[in-house]
Amino acid sequence: MSDDIVIEAKGLTKRYGRTAVVKGISFSVNRGEIFGLLGPNGAGKTTTILMLLGLSDISDGMARVLGYDPIREPLAIKRRVGYLPDQVGFYDNLSASDNLRFIARLLGLERAEREQRIAAALAHVGLADVSEKRVRTFSRGMRQRLGLAEILMKDAQIAILDEPTSGLDPQVTLELLDIIRGLKHRGVSVLLSSHLLDRVQSVCDRVALFSEGNLALIGTVPELGRQVLGGGFRVEVEAEGEGLDRHLAAVPGVQKVEDVRPGRVLLLAERDVRPEAAAAVVSAGGRLLRLAVAEPSLEAIYTQYFHEHPREGEIHAA
Amino acid sequence: MRREGSALNGVGVVLLKELSDHLTSVLMRVCEVLIVLLAFAALYFTIQQVKETTAEDQFLFLRLFTRASEGIPITFVLLLSWFFVPILAIVLGFDSVSSEHNRRTLSRVLAQPIYRDALLFGKFAAGLLTISFSLVALWLLVIGLGLLRLGVPPNAEETARAFIFLLVTIAYAGVWLALAMLSSIIFRSAATAAFVAFGLWLLLTFLWPWFLAPMVANVVAPLDPGYTALGLPTPENIEWIKILSRLSPSTLYNEIALVLLNPDDVSARSLGTIYLTQLQGAARGALPLGQSLIIAWPDIVALVAGTIVLFTIGYTAFQRQEVRA
Repeated sequence: MSDDIVIEAKGLTKRYGRTAVVKGISFSVNRGEIFGLLGPNGAGKTTTILMLLGLSDISDGMARVLGYDPIREPLAIKRRVGYLPDQVGFYDNLSASDNLRFIARLLGLERAEREQRIAAALAHVGLADVSEKRVRTFSRGMRQRLGLAEILMKDAQIAILDEPTSGLDPQVTLELLDIIRGLKHRGVSVLLSSHLLDRVQSVCDRVALFSEGNLALIGTVPELGRQVLGGGFRVEVEAEGEGLDRHLAAVPGVQKVEDVRPGRVLLLAERDVRPEAAAAVVSAGGRLLRLAVAEPSLEAIYTQYFHEHPREGEIHAA
Repeated sequence: MRREGSALNGVGVVLLKELSDHLTSVLMRVCEVLIVLLAFAALYFTIQQVKETTAEDQFLFLRLFTRASEGIPITFVLLLSWFFVPILAIVLGFDSVSSEHNRRTLSRVLAQPIYRDALLFGKFAAGLLTISFSLVALWLLVIGLGLLRLGVPPNAEETARAFIFLLVTIAYAGVWLALAMLSSIIFRSAATAAFVAFGLWLLLTFLWPWFLAPMVANVVAPLDPGYTALGLPTPENIEWIKILSRLSPSTLYNEIALVLLNPDDVSARSLGTIYLTQLQGAARGALPLGQSLIIAWPDIVALVAGTIVLFTIGYTAFQRQEVRA
């Protein structure tokens, strides 16, 4: 295993009785990247995470986290990996800092080190003012931030975040995503799971698409876009003028022209055709208002993929 | 396959946290009041009776624990055995594990470098320590108030017997604590866990030794009409009732208390059936402490073994449990 891979799974399988919840998935997470596990609820994301942490038995296959085996060396992994569970809970009767203090003691941190790390972590997530308040009074977003503070305090090499943004309002979500990006800047590798696609798209370097316990697709968002949506480049053109569609369709390299709304079209092309498209609009006597390369949206990829590969249940229903 | 690291890693941290939770809880305030009231009750039950018989009594102090006052059909030992110890233990234990599930703290705590063992050991030890504090306080109060009211200090043997009785009481609390924790491991809902634990308390403390054990004994060893006609119990039947009722921890505890605290009582010379013929010509006087201990030893072992068995079942169930809520 190379030093750059922090999490590796090969044929990872989880069975409850006869039903397999995770069906032999393989993926790897590189050092310093943010990797997203995406998929609908119940697709096996949380189970996969628990297996990686050694909190759930692995039925079949192999997993390595920082080179350690979750079955044989769970403590080595848990010492180096921070985990923010779905709907994280704290001891309501204790203050924010006391909650962290308990975890720091479990980690075996010395007193001075402990206090210094707790203060720094709480300040980093913006909870310094309420550090002595009981967690009972905390909102959902504050709890999530406290969970991230715990990972910071732990000085983890990997942060595993299960649905970190679910149930949060947009403003808090953005703050949280900022903290997650901050983790990356500190050199922490992040594995996060979510079913909220547009949020995740903005932070993830690579994503894996879960479906019914299988990994359907793995790659960067543009890669998946090419794979699923076809075509290399998607160029958005906003222009005013007569018969522009025809002229744009004639541009070499353009495979398809889609009308998004009046005055706005989407070009599917095999390369960056922006200069040619601009020339085409101008030579046709139109007024060019905007020209941009459109990132494929994860939502579109996701929808398209499941449209082309209906889930098992849906096939039977059809 | 050997796992790395010690299973005891983190036990101390969990223990201290749980202990501080227990000791600062409202439960503890209530418990403190109960302890004071119980100590006064113990004295009230006995003080008048004891005063009348002071002169001769070699074990005056132990009477504080065992005498019932006229009109009140219960002794201090029975108060402990039937009510105070089981209820305190169940209240401390019934949501110890399920609350971690319900507060969603379990997965976060178990994602730290400790084994599940540490969590369970720590919680059990903290619960038992809390009960021990209460019992020691109660014990000291009873003895202290006894000193004041009776004006006679306990002799060495009385002190030793009372102290062993205290240790046995703590062991007895361990059984109920392990039972309550087992219930909290199996049932996710705290209400269900509490209900089941209290149901078992009713069953084991009252229904089993008083009704069910005799019923089963009657089936296994039916009453002999020969004895019944003479108005005597059938020896085999009595023997079975005794054996069966020892499945109840409170029966065991009561037997131990009888032997330890009534050294001069003939019925405390053996925990088996005593025939009248065996008593004929028996030497009068009290048993030495060593002899009392030998008689009570099997019951003490059974109490501790019960705790270990219940804890092990809970431990096994907890290890296999899924972390996710």
